Amino acid sequence: MNETFNPRDWAGQPAYIAPDYKSTPLRGPTKPLIPLPQSLSEITGPVYGHESVTGDDADLTRNGRRNGEPLGERIIVTGRVFGDDGRPLPNTLLEIWQANAGGRYVHKSDQHDAPLDPNFLGGGRCVTDANGVYRFLTIKPGAYPWGNHHNAWRPNHIHFSLFGPSLMTRLVTQMYFPGDPLLALDPIFLATPAETRHLLIADFSLDATESGYALGYKFDIVLRGRHATPMEA
Amino acid sequence: MALRQTPSQTVGPYFAYGLTPEQYGYDLASIAGGDMAPPDVEGQHIRVEGRVFDGNNAVIPDALIEIWQADSLGRYAHPSDPRGSNATFKGFGRCGTGTDKQSRFIFDTVKPGAIDTEQAPHLNVIVTMRGMLLHAYTRIYFADEPANATDKVLGLVPADRRHTLIAQPIGGNAYRFDIHMQGPDETVFFDI
Ligand SMILES: [Fe+3]
Repeated sequence: MNETFNPRDWAGQPAYIAPDYKSTPLRGPTKPLIPLPQSLSEITGPVYGHESVTGDDADLTRNGRRNGEPLGERIIVTGRVFGDDGRPLPNTLLEIWQANAGGRYVHKSDQHDAPLDPNFLGGGRCVTDANGVYRFLTIKPGAYPWGNHHNAWRPNHIHFSLFGPSLMTRLVTQMYFPGDPLLALDPIFLATPAETRHLLIADFSLDATESGYALGYKFDIVLRGRHATPMEA
Repeated sequence: MALRQTPSQTVGPYFAYGLTPEQYGYDLASIAGGDMAPPDVEGQHIRVEGRVFDGNNAVIPDALIEIWQADSLGRYAHPSDPRGSNATFKGFGRCGTGTDKQSRFIFDTVKPGAIDTEQAPHLNVIVTMRGMLLHAYTRIYFADEPANATDKVLGLVPADRRHTLIAQPIGGNAYRFDIHMQGPDETVFFDI
């Protein structure tokens, strides 16, 4: 075995139990994780490339249309996916899901009293190109209330899911928007160590903005990278 | 390391139409589901089912379970496995616990072969849900595999916790594997 991956950056990750996020104390593991040596089971992982994305999968302003355009502010969300070794990751699947402009999910258990948009689903997929670049066209998601505590509101966010090159590089995260006053109040965002929180916030980008059409946001994603020098077996 | 890793955030309660749309009846194609092995896939066809319990021993109806496994000859469908897997078997499954009346996850698949001489046949598992800020990894071994006795990973686990990693036959071609996030039978989770 000559390929290994860098360890998870535990210091930059949220803890399993974060009491201000009230679902965590009964759902996060409490016993120490048992470290495993990296075998074929860990350095391999699900392979989903270009063939898993078709048609308008990366254009959420189109892929849920029934009889017109979705409501809300069109945005472009783009960025690059890297390993922490700095190498871009080509042909990597990103799956996203989000609330509509009113802060409502299509999900059946979302009881928030905001309107569904008949022309917006909120789910999409995209694969990175040879330079690790991905690009989604979507609608800016609204904030929504949740039951964590009195008057709790989630900041605007888009959920992201990536596999990367191995089982170990799996990442499920959320992208937030710059300048959102709800970030300072959100127990999910705040469960992230202060030193890495900024990595969850996209940058407004005039380069990514399309004149007369949509504002652009840049959000780079960094997965565990390949280890430079193979470890002893 | 040149760059800092992006922090994980919870998958939340609303992943279904993004990650498991077909299972939950949404109008978007799924890349993967609980049915991992169509009938023409070589090997012993099995079902693996179970429930996920929280620290109060309550059943969790909004967990997402993902399986990554080798084919029946122990080969992964991945370029780092040079042996070349059965082309009809991708080895990845995904199932939410929100559509079954008993809140089970259910995977129909083939029993994996041993990937090397040090490890017994196993499924690699990713567990995540609302209330987890970072997913957790575990493994599913099979009670009827003699190679469990010498498996190097089970050997790293304290003897009194190994049972949490072993699926039990429940008749027919099915195995049961419950996941306990906490409590006296807390499932062993790995740092991989
Ligand atoms: Fe959300």
